[in-house]
Amino acid sequence: MDGPQRDGSATPELGDRDAELVEELLAGSHRALARVITRIEDRAAGHRAIVSALHEHTGGADVIGITGSPGAGKSTLVDKLAAAYRERGDTVGVVAVDPSSPYTGGAVLGDRIRMGSNVGDMDVFFRSMSARGQLGGLSMATADAVKALDAFGKDVVVIETVGAGQNEVDVVRTADTVAVLVQPGSGDDVQTLKAGILEIGDVFVVNKADMDGAERTLAELEEMVHRREGPTKGLETGHHGFDAPEHPDDPVDSDASTTDEGPREWTPEVLRTVANTGEGVDELIAAFDDHAAHLRESGEIEATKRRRYAEEIRTLVRSDVGALAADEIERRGGVDQLAEAVRRRETDPYSVAAEVVAPIVDCVETSRE
Amino acid sequence: MSVEQEERAIRCLVAKVGLDGHDRGAHVIARAFRDAGFEVVYSGLHRAPEDIVQAAVQEDVDVLGISILSGAHNTLVPKVIEGLKEYDAFEDTLILVGGIIPDDDEDELKELGVAEVFGPGTPMEETIEFIRNNVPERA
Repeated sequence: MDGPQRDGSATPELGDRDAELVEELLAGSHRALARVITRIEDRAAGHRAIVSALHEHTGGADVIGITGSPGAGKSTLVDKLAAAYRERGDTVGVVAVDPSSPYTGGAVLGDRIRMGSNVGDMDVFFRSMSARGQLGGLSMATADAVKALDAFGKDVVVIETVGAGQNEVDVVRTADTVAVLVQPGSGDDVQTLKAGILEIGDVFVVNKADMDGAERTLAELEEMVHRREGPTKGLETGHHGFDAPEHPDDPVDSDASTTDEGPREWTPEVLRTVANTGEGVDELIAAFDDHAAHLRESGEIEATKRRRYAEEIRTLVRSDVGALAADEIERRGGVDQLAEAVRRRETDPYSVAAEVVAPIVDCVETSRE
Repeated sequence: MSVEQEERAIRCLVAKVGLDGHDRGAHVIARAFRDAGFEVVYSGLHRAPEDIVQAAVQEDVDVLGISILSGAHNTLVPKVIEGLKEYDAFEDTLILVGGIIPDDDEDELKELGVAEVFGPGTPMEETIEFIRNNVPERA
């Protein structure tokens, strides 16, 4: 069973059937891999045990995130990337995330249509996922699906998602290398990228570079990338500040421009591609390789991974504690009833929250003693 | 104690196989499924049976809906089913066929393992109801 165990022995227990599933996955069964990802997506009972069993087998894959506005050509580019990786003998996993309807939960996952270059090639494992869960759930499910593909033995795992909000940014941040796709003539597009997405790009790609306005968009991106070395740099390190002190070569003073790796700082590359024809794809892969090499040589990869696992731990703990609280709310008659009481001025949100959390606090205090 | 909310969704692959360029029906079905709360993967046009098998296995769908209007169902559907068996994915996939299928062929397809055949004019609700009632249970 899932969830925190009462005695605090935390390792989730692997059921017999799940153990079999894990074994089959590690032995290379596509069906088992697909099954495991479904379990992960469903947040099904036992999925945690599966993911924890897989964890020790992960770490072999280069994880690449591709994001960009709808219509920028992400799926087509991913298709060509996968084909190029296959050409040089790498096996590829793809997780493509599409939005789902907030009303019905339904979704049409269309990214697969573009996978024309890899149909019939089972060494490209393509999986569509919908943004099913609530906050934080999606990035967690994506990260777990990536782990499954990694443990399966994929050399490269690509995460593809629309870059349209915090959820997507979280998703793509589970990748080691992030490419942001822009289409030409989208001056405003580049503007919108400034908020949030620009900071996460390691490589910027102007796709459909045979269209009018490509040069200008390239120039704009170049400019923005170089400007980012100014004000946003400090912001970035501040953001992941907790791992900064663990860098042996980190200066103690907190001057924004010196807290990073110094001379080894990665300057995002700006590239051009025409995904339809495959133009520029080899250069893009070279850029990914460069970035991966940079991460390894500078030791940044460890910091990146630490940061990611820290986020995972936080998300998991938050969701577990949140679920305990949700149970407690149910026990007290459900959130609607509590809200109604607040509306009638019988109580207030702060008191309700305190009451709900009180038993959890008690437990924690008791077990600490 | 179930701490985490399980979030199960019915996953469907809507597939066009062979040299059949008529996909209006498949589009309408895909949208109707989406509105019914299903997660729909659309294969795109002109897929070979192996492509459909690859998609069905990788996407781990509960339902495989094959749309065929070209009359080639007797050749294509068995190939898909064979492929699914090869990957051990036949047992728990609900296979539906939509399109123009003569009655005799319908019986044959069902013998092969197709759960139901939906001809022209089938109300969308009927198909959706059928899926809800027959989607394979997963342990």
